[in-house]
Amino acid sequence: MSTLNAPAAPAYATAVDTRNYLKASYGPVSWLLTLDHKRIGVMYLVGISVMFLLGGIFALLVRTTLLFANNAEAVDPLITAELYNRFFTLHGAIMVFIVIIPGIPAALGNFVLPIMLGAKDVAFPRVNLLSFYMWMLGTALALASLFFGAVDTGWTFYTPYSTSENSPSGMILVVTGAFILGFSSVFTGLNFIVTIHQLRRPGQTWFRLPLFLWAIYSTAVIQILATPVLGITLLLLIVEKTMKMGFFNPAYGGDPVLFQHFFWFYSHPAVYIMILPAMGVMSEIISVFSRKHIFGYRFIAWSSVAIALFGFIVWGHHMFTSGQSALMNTIFSALTFSVAVPSAIKVFNWLATMYKGSIALQTPMLYALWFIWIFGIGGLTGLFLGTLATDIHLHDTYFVVAHFHYVMAGTIFVLFGAIHYWWPKMFGRMYDERQGAIASILLFIGFNLTFLPQFVMGSQGMPRRYYSYDEVYQVYHVLSSVGSYVMAAGLLVMGYCLFTSLKRGAKAPDNPWGSNSLEWHTTSPPPLENFNGTPVADDPYDYHNLEWDPQIQGFRSKKPMVTSG
Amino acid sequence: MADAVQTSGASAGHEGPHGHHDPNLAHHFDTMEQQFECGKLGMWLFLATEVLLFGGLFCWYAIWRSNHPEVFVYGAQKLDWKLGGINTIVLLVSSFTMAWAVGCAQRGNRQGLLLGLGITFLGGIGFMGIKSVEYTEKFSHGYYWGGSYNPTHHEEGHAADHADGEHAETADAAHAEAGAADSHGDGHAADSAHGEESVADSAGELAPQEVRPPAALAGLSAERLTELGYEPSKVLLAAEAPGGLAASAPPTSETKLSAEEVRNVHLFFSIYFCMTGLHGIHVLIGMAVIGWLFVRALRGDFGPGYFEPVDLGGLYWHLVDLIWIYLFPLFYLI
Repeated sequence: MSTLNAPAAPAYATAVDTRNYLKASYGPVSWLLTLDHKRIGVMYLVGISVMFLLGGIFALLVRTTLLFANNAEAVDPLITAELYNRFFTLHGAIMVFIVIIPGIPAALGNFVLPIMLGAKDVAFPRVNLLSFYMWMLGTALALASLFFGAVDTGWTFYTPYSTSENSPSGMILVVTGAFILGFSSVFTGLNFIVTIHQLRRPGQTWFRLPLFLWAIYSTAVIQILATPVLGITLLLLIVEKTMKMGFFNPAYGGDPVLFQHFFWFYSHPAVYIMILPAMGVMSEIISVFSRKHIFGYRFIAWSSVAIALFGFIVWGHHMFTSGQSALMNTIFSALTFSVAVPSAIKVFNWLATMYKGSIALQTPMLYALWFIWIFGIGGLTGLFLGTLATDIHLHDTYFVVAHFHYVMAGTIFVLFGAIHYWWPKMFGRMYDERQGAIASILLFIGFNLTFLPQFVMGSQGMPRRYYSYDEVYQVYHVLSSVGSYVMAAGLLVMGYCLFTSLKRGAKAPDNPWGSNSLEWHTTSPPPLENFNGTPVADDPYDYHNLEWDPQIQGFRSKKPMVTSG
Repeated sequence: MADAVQTSGASAGHEGPHGHHDPNLAHHFDTMEQQFECGKLGMWLFLATEVLLFGGLFCWYAIWRSNHPEVFVYGAQKLDWKLGGINTIVLLVSSFTMAWAVGCAQRGNRQGLLLGLGITFLGGIGFMGIKSVEYTEKFSHGYYWGGSYNPTHHEEGHAADHADGEHAETADAAHAEAGAADSHGDGHAADSAHGEESVADSAGELAPQEVRPPAALAGLSAERLTELGYEPSKVLLAAEAPGGLAASAPPTSETKLSAEEVRNVHLFFSIYFCMTGLHGIHVLIGMAVIGWLFVRALRGDFGPGYFEPVDLGGLYWHLVDLIWIYLFPLFYLI
C-alpha cells in the first residue's frame, strides 16, 4: 500500500502503472484536471445523468399540466401558459443538446474507444478535457438562462419567435450555450476520428474494429461536417437578436425560413449523431448476448457510413409546410425514404444475429430488445411523415412528437443498456440483475404507455405544444401522463440499482459477459494506461476463444489476448 | 540548438521524460511520426470545420445575391477596392513568409524562423490596421448593419443629391396619398408604410419596413401607381418578390444605382460586417498563435526533429488567408 501513500503522482508519471484508473490518484483536483479518457468519460456520465434528471423533471411538469384539458380557462392556474412553453422548450433543449448528443459518444465512447483500439488514450487528451469543460460551460450558460427569462421558443429556436422584440433575453444565453456545446461536440468528434485512424494496433484492420467504433466514426464525421453550420447559424441568431442584423427578419428584408434551412441542415444530421452510436452499441450487445458472431459485419459497418452521408441530404423534410416549392418537397421526400434502407439493414442484421443464437436475457440485452421494438415503430412512423400527402395532415401534431420520441428515446434506452453493459468495466462492480431487469421492464411499459396514445391523438388532429386542448383528447393525455410516471418509477429503480452496486455489488470479473472486444481483456476497472501489457487485436465477435469460469464468475480467454511487456 | 530542444521539452508540458527518448513525445504515442501524423490529421479536420463555419455565411451570401443582386452591386460601390487589394497583397505576402518560416524550422534555421514569424505577425497587424481604417470610414458614412444602417447622403456627389431631391418629393407625395387613402377608406397598409419609411429615411433614420404581401403593389396598373404618387418602375423594384432585380436585366458593377432604387442595402453591410468581422477574429487568433510560436522559437523549441506546432500554425494561417482570397472579390470586385 506504500504506493497509495506516496504524494499524488502526476497523471502518466510512469510508463507502467498497474493501479486501476480510479485509484491511480485521489482528490477532486486529480479528477477535474485529469487527462485520462476514462475519467473524462466518467465525468461526462455524471454530468449527463444530472442533466437527464433535470430534463426529465421538465417532461413530468409538461405531462402533469396536460392531465387537464382546459388549462386556458382555469382560474389562477398553477402552471401558466408562459411557464408551460418554457417547460417543453427546456425539456427539448436539455435532452437534445446536453444529454443525447454527447450521451453515448462523449461518456461511453470516451471510456471504451481507446481501450477497444488497444490504445493508451485518445489522440489529443488535452483537447478531450477541453471538450468536457466546453460541455460544462455550455450547460451552465443554458441553465443560467433560467434566471434571465427562460426561453419559450421550442428547442428549435425558430425565427421570428427567437428574434422578435419580446423574445426572452435568456435566448442569448441559451443560444451561446448551444454554440459552445457545438464546439465541444466538434472537438470530441475530431479527437475520435484521429484516434481511430492513427492509434489502432498493428494488425487491427478497419474490418476488425468493433462495430461500435464504426458507428462512433460515422457519428464523428457528422459532428465535424454538420456542427459548424449550426455554429454559424446560432452566431447569426445572436447578432440578429443583439444587433438587429436583419438576416432572418422580414421587416429588414430578411427571410425567417432561411433560418429553418440552416438549422435543419445541422439538426437533421444531428438526429443521426444521436442514433448512430446507439446502433453501434446494439451491434455489440446483440452479438455478445446471443453468443453468436455478428451477422453481416460489413453491411452494418457500411450502413453506418451510409446513414451519416444520407443524413445530410434530407433536411428539407422538416419544412414540407414552410412554403418550399413542390419540386423541392418531392425531392426531399424521395431522399428521406433512402435513409430507411441502411437503417433496415441494421435491424435485419441484428435479428439474423439473434436467430439460432443462445440468447441471455440479461439487462443490457433487455434494453437492446426494447430498442428493436421502439426503433422499429419510430422508423416506420417516420415513413408516414416523409410522405408528402400524409405529412400535411400530421405536421406539428402529436404524431410527430411520438415519432421522434420513439427514435430519440430509443437512443436513451440503448444508453441505459450500454451503461449496464460497461458498468462492471467502469467501476469494477456487478449491479443486481433482478433490479436492473425490473427497471428496464418498467421503463419499457412506461415508455409505450406514454407515446403510443400520442400517435393516436396526433393522427386525430391534436397539435403539439398546445397548453389547452379539446376534451376529446383528454383520455389519451391522461394515459400518456400516467405512462410518464411509470417511466419515472423505472428510473428510480435503475438509479437505486446502480448506486447500491457501487458499494454492495459483487466484484466484477474482467469479462462478465463473454465479449471478445479488447476492453474485456483488461482488468475491471482498467489500469491507468488501459493494459498491463500489449494487447493483440483479433476478430471482436469470435467467441470460440472464451470459456466460462465459475470460480471467477466470468469468462476466461483460452489464448491470452494481452502479451506482457 | 539540439541541447535547447532537449531541455525545453520537459518544461513545455506535463509529460515527463520518463521512459521516452524524446521529451516532445506524449506518453500515449509510440513514435514521433505517429504523433506528427495525428497532429496533421487533426489540424486538417479542424480546418474543414472552419471552412464549414464560413460555408454557412458564403451560402447566405449566394442566396441573397442571387435573389437581390442590386443590393450587392450598390453595396460594393461603397467599398474601397484599393484598400481591399492592398490587404490581399499583405495577407498573401504573410502567407509566403509563414511558409518560409516552416521551411526554416524544418532545416533548423532559427534566425530564418524568427524572421519569418515576425514578418507574418507584422502582416497580421497591417491587415487589421487597414481593416480598421476601412471600418472607420464605413461607420463615418453611417454604413452600419441591419437596423443600425443610417447613411449620410451628402458625401455621395451629384447623383445622390439629385436622388435626395427626388426622394423628398416621393415621400411627400406618398405621405399626402397615405392621408388621402385613409379618408377614402381604400388605402393599402403597404402604401402608408412606404410613405413612412421615406419620411423616416429623409430624416436620417431608417425605420424597418412593414411586412407586406409581395403583390401588394406589384399587382396595380402603372396608371394607378402614378395616380398614387409612385413611379411604377421603382415600386416594382421593391415589391416584386422574391426575384427582385434578378427577374429583369441584372445590374452589373458598371450600373450606377441610387439609394432609392435599392432596398435593403443594410443587408449588404450586415453580411459584409459579419463575414469580414468573423474573418478578422480569425486573423487575431492566428496572430496569437504566431506570437506563441515566436516565443517558443526564441526559446529554441523547434528544430529538424520537432517542428509540428510551426507546421500546424502555418496551416491555420494559410486557411485564414484563403478565406480572404474569396471574400475580397465577392465583396469588392464583382
